[in-house]
Amino acid sequence: MSEPELAVEVRGLVKRFGDVEAVRGIDLDVTAGETFGFLGPNGAGKSTTISMLCTLLRPDAGNARVAGHDVVAERDDVRRNIGLVFQDPTLDGYLTAEQNLRFHAELYGVPKAVVPERMRLVLEMVGLWERRDSLVQTYSGGMKRRLEIARGLLHAPRVLFLDEPTVGLDPQTRRSIWRYIEELKAAEEITIFVTTHYMDEAEHADRIAIMDQGQIIALDTPAALKASVGKDRVQLQVDDTDATIAALRERFGLEATIAEGTVTVAVDGGEAFVPRVFAELGVPIRGVSVARPSLDDVFMSYTGTTIRDAEADGGPDPLMRMMAGRR
Amino acid sequence: MASTETRPAGAPAAAAAPPVRVVVAPAGWRADLRGVKVVWQRELIRFWRDRLRIITSLLQPMIFLFVLGGGLAQIASGGTQGVDLRTFMFPGALAMAVVFTAMFSAASVVWDREYGFLREMLVAPVRRGSIVLGKCIGGATVASFQGLLVMALAPLVHVPYSAVMVLEVLALQLLLAFMITAFGVMAAVRITQMQAFMALMQMIVMPLVFISGALFPLNGLPRWLEVLNRLDPLTYAVNPLREAVFSHLTLTPAATAALLPGITWFGWQVPIAVQVLVVVAFAIAMLGIAIATFRRA
Repeated sequence: MSEPELAVEVRGLVKRFGDVEAVRGIDLDVTAGETFGFLGPNGAGKSTTISMLCTLLRPDAGNARVAGHDVVAERDDVRRNIGLVFQDPTLDGYLTAEQNLRFHAELYGVPKAVVPERMRLVLEMVGLWERRDSLVQTYSGGMKRRLEIARGLLHAPRVLFLDEPTVGLDPQTRRSIWRYIEELKAAEEITIFVTTHYMDEAEHADRIAIMDQGQIIALDTPAALKASVGKDRVQLQVDDTDATIAALRERFGLEATIAEGTVTVAVDGGEAFVPRVFAELGVPIRGVSVARPSLDDVFMSYTGTTIRDAEADGGPDPLMRMMAGRR
Repeated sequence: MASTETRPAGAPAAAAAPPVRVVVAPAGWRADLRGVKVVWQRELIRFWRDRLRIITSLLQPMIFLFVLGGGLAQIASGGTQGVDLRTFMFPGALAMAVVFTAMFSAASVVWDREYGFLREMLVAPVRRGSIVLGKCIGGATVASFQGLLVMALAPLVHVPYSAVMVLEVLALQLLLAFMITAFGVMAAVRITQMQAFMALMQMIVMPLVFISGALFPLNGLPRWLEVLNRLDPLTYAVNPLREAVFSHLTLTPAATAALLPGITWFGWQVPIAVQVLVVVAFAIAMLGIAIATFRRA
């Protein structure tokens, strides 16, 4: 094949729950080896989409191929080639970590000869090799998530789906989980499909899709998405805010806003603007900072809401809640 | 916005180990068989871990045998034709131990859903039927083991050990336990809360056990109870259990007539083989419904 191999190929995918069209005909290509970020407010259809890709839900229209297999017609082939890490634990707390992994290896038909080696590899990767004989119920939340990631990798899937892999974890554990993911990319040929609410984490992705109201409304690299939002934010700390705003309007033709005692303006090329503002503003400046557009701004500009607000008003997808049972 | 460069710039640690190439086995009956096996194994591991459950499950039949049986023996001696009431109740206690252990095994489906582990099984590349089958075989195994523990009490109620009896009883217990686990799994797939499942046990399983004649002989019953008894699938497991135990005792003809009247359908004496077939048919039907329910879950 001369074209890059596709790990995920989605065409016109639709899912309805009664009258509600949760996913409204989306198209999506994920290249093999890519880390693909999937963002969107709750209820946007992310989880429904992932569930269809993981063969847990049947699409109502359209089709999807994962790791080269159709999610409906070749369900078991898809399942064998994907790893799943859900945001809710799916471990058996009454078994040890090793027993959980053995169970998984057998279910997925990992050849007996490679199981010990493979088990050691994935457990060492997430730093749980020493604790392999402990009952999982004695693990902390972060350890459980790491074990889930190890288990998701045990059968060497070609595509790893991570649904909110770091939600509810402390910042340190979040960082270490992303470190495992990066290490994993270096060690294995794997495509990673990850949903997250944390915008800083989305920066780890090669490409990002933003989903809202059942449709994909933006899909590009993080840099390109940020560039599409445009201007940098320059914040000026000044004593005389009114004079500053007036001067900015007069000399630069910029409309500024005041937030928490600092004056903020949006400009193209924030760094080049800084020397000019010192030279030409004519009002004393005590401090200045330049911020590039963040993915938060990207999210805001595409969905009209910050991801935190989006999270606050909607509960989790009813489907995932049903699948997970407890919450 | 926090910096994204949170990891050290050095080479990733895992890159040192060459990836182990894994080619997983293809789908098919072997995969499904593995599914049955691991689910079965898990039941055994979990049962073995839960010693407290083994002991508490043993307590219930013992209370029925020695407390209820011992106490009621004072007033029931006339009706048992000289047979100790505890001896008479022993096969019923065997059945009870099996039924309740099997139900608890099935209840683990509710826990598995609650703790998310059910999903790990649902997304596995094996047929869901194999998961249900593994669960039922697992439930049958642990419940029969529990039944064997009760079986060990036999000499205490004047039932001598006999290899043939133990084997016959074990076979019947396996069958009974399989049927109950399948019934329990069928219910547990629809029930999402443990309280609801426990209520089901109280409302359905307890009455079925009592109606089955586990604790009383099947002759001279009121008409309505007789009808319910014949409709109760447990009846067809309890009676063969009693026949298996009593055939190794020496009873007077009067005692046999009073305590072992057998099962009749409209006056027809139902052979033991047919009774066992009823249980087999029920077990298969329950398994079929459980699998169908599980597929849709």
